[in-house]
Amino acid sequence: MSTELTGAEITIRCLQEEGVNHIFGYPGGAVLFLYDELFKQDKIKHILVRHEQAAVHAADGYARSSNQVGVALVTSGPGVTNAVTGIATAFMDSIPLVIISGQVPTAAIGQDAFQEVDTVGITRPCVKHNFLVKDVTELAATIKKAFYIASTGRPGPVLVDIPKDVTQQKAEFNYPASVSLRSYNPVVTGDMQQIKQAMQMILKAKRPMIYFGGGVILDNAAAELTEFVKMLNFPCTSTLMGLGGYPSTDRQFVGMLGMHGTYEANMAMQYCDVLIAIGARFDDRVIGNPKHFCNEERKIIHIDIDPSSISKRVEVDIPIVGSVTAVLNELNMLLKASRETIDSGVLSKWWEQVELWRARDCLKYDRAASIIKPQMVVEKLYEITNGDAFITSDVGQHQMWAAQFYKFDKPRRWINSGGLGTMGFGLPAAMGVQLANPGSMVACITGEASIQMCIQELSTCKQHDLPVKIINLNNRYMGMVRQWQEFFHGNRYAESYVDALPDFVKLAESYGHVGMRIDKPGDVEGALKEAFELSDRLVFIDFITDQTENVFPMVPGGKGLSEMILV
Amino acid sequence: MRHIISLLMENEAGALSRVAGLFSARGYNIESLSVAPTEDPTLSRMTLATTGSEAVVEQIIKQLNKLIEVVKLIDLSDEGYVERELMLVKLRAVDEEREEIKRLVDIFRGNIIDVTNKIYTIELTGTQSKLDGFLQAIDRNLILEIARTGVSGLGRGERILKL
Repeated sequence: MSTELTGAEITIRCLQEEGVNHIFGYPGGAVLFLYDELFKQDKIKHILVRHEQAAVHAADGYARSSNQVGVALVTSGPGVTNAVTGIATAFMDSIPLVIISGQVPTAAIGQDAFQEVDTVGITRPCVKHNFLVKDVTELAATIKKAFYIASTGRPGPVLVDIPKDVTQQKAEFNYPASVSLRSYNPVVTGDMQQIKQAMQMILKAKRPMIYFGGGVILDNAAAELTEFVKMLNFPCTSTLMGLGGYPSTDRQFVGMLGMHGTYEANMAMQYCDVLIAIGARFDDRVIGNPKHFCNEERKIIHIDIDPSSISKRVEVDIPIVGSVTAVLNELNMLLKASRETIDSGVLSKWWEQVELWRARDCLKYDRAASIIKPQMVVEKLYEITNGDAFITSDVGQHQMWAAQFYKFDKPRRWINSGGLGTMGFGLPAAMGVQLANPGSMVACITGEASIQMCIQELSTCKQHDLPVKIINLNNRYMGMVRQWQEFFHGNRYAESYVDALPDFVKLAESYGHVGMRIDKPGDVEGALKEAFELSDRLVFIDFITDQTENVFPMVPGGKGLSEMILV
Repeated sequence: MRHIISLLMENEAGALSRVAGLFSARGYNIESLSVAPTEDPTLSRMTLATTGSEAVVEQIIKQLNKLIEVVKLIDLSDEGYVERELMLVKLRAVDEEREEIKRLVDIFRGNIIDVTNKIYTIELTGTQSKLDGFLQAIDRNLILEIARTGVSGLGRGERILKL
């Protein structure tokens, strides 16, 4: 007699087959059979969060830092609506996740049942794909498809909605070894003709520029990119999402570009004659107004796995659809075999220009100030951790300072919500990072406004002994909102001052963690050292920073990259 | 410019709303949309008429191709194609109007498919512009009700959309 398993058993077996070690979630009525199965096994460790948004962010941080598919489990109705912010965050940054949500029993669907919501409908615009499993015999194949779709092509979150009765019903368990979908076959290898054309264009460039993004990180192409950039001796810049794809401390790296990018990166973007875009999508925060960007005459080569990202915002001369790794490998081989070489004399003139721009030293700030400068905290953090920590961030000024002043030399060390810009991301993401990388240094750079959006997760950190270091750059303002109000709204600080802040030290202590408050520049280094010496404790350092500090350079919205506001 | 996009998609619940949602979420215009299963019961064929600049239509096609359920897609208007739409029109038809309407329906090669002593119901097929032409030719005050299917189309000759 064949042994039949319940839908709940099948689900957990599928996750085990996929090699899932951690799952982040929150129980509820519709998923009780799944939780019962989790209870009965010990291969998968469940991390109980305090809010479903945090479950998805934690799975997201887990995925970003480890290159595995992150998994979250939430109940129906409010469970899954709470998770939507996390799902949208992962979708915008193309992070591979599988979200399993409970649904009311099939007979109750459409009856406005207790804790019923149209999950597939609500999440449709912010998932790569989603499924409602109405038949237990389809459950295993559906979960297999979910992992496959989430992790291949341009990655993204996939949701599997499972009605409660399906978790009770029985079926034979057959986990398919592979998946083939006639309608989904992502192109991996780039077109050889296009690649050859691109190489010709690269060899003839007089003012070349390489611009790379999160695609390099997602496709694990850092080594291939580094080889490519080194071989050509071209300047390169990174998007917020691409940081770490090429060593930030290297001479050829001219810093991040975009709204808060460096002067040299933005000017080189604007005035290059050949632009090689690699796993980046010309986001509005990256090139500003596309009209201004396209004013300048330059040829653009664009390598991306997602054809819809090519020629979406700017017209491209040579589109190459394929995985960043595969295409860079081809290019590297062609370049090595090529008899033609780059005119080093012409290139050195371009470097002279780039160095002139770099000499502006656009990231300078007052290092002698008597109040703590937020940039200085990030710089000290970089020094103390030898640039080797995993850094998560929330969203705002602190995020930009983290991106500007922590030098990422390795991929997957910089974990932030770039596309959606989700406040509340940093702490739960740090939990996922810490679980995926036990024993590693993990710091969450945040602000007093952002941290309060998911601060309840201090409780999860206690329960699971996660020794995250929280670097709170506390300026008593929603800093980025305040900065925009100063620039564009006549200094009218409408609702951007954060009044009635908690005593973060006591708050951290009340959860059983270590709290510190630092308000003198001279104490910053010592506090950070002490925090990392407490390697088994979560330390929350509340840095009281300069309230007036702004993020520079800045390209105001609607302007071109060369129209920067400098300090 | 007007484009007619024809696509084969998995015949699954929710596939249609994924396409419709894509258009509303990205601010694309749908002029008409018709969908029905094909000779292969696992596949539906959808015909979508839309307007937009070349860049917008390129994005529409790329985004549609990205949907997991979309198996194959062509822009019919790239090359020769035939299009048809079915329209049912209910007209007030009394006295001398009856003869005049009958003549007009003949000119447009339509059929009167339901008759009462005050009403004709007419069936017309043709290109969208032909059906629009009929409505312009008729006295607007006579029109009681209209149902149109939206455009359906096929490539000309050897041009076939099939797996």
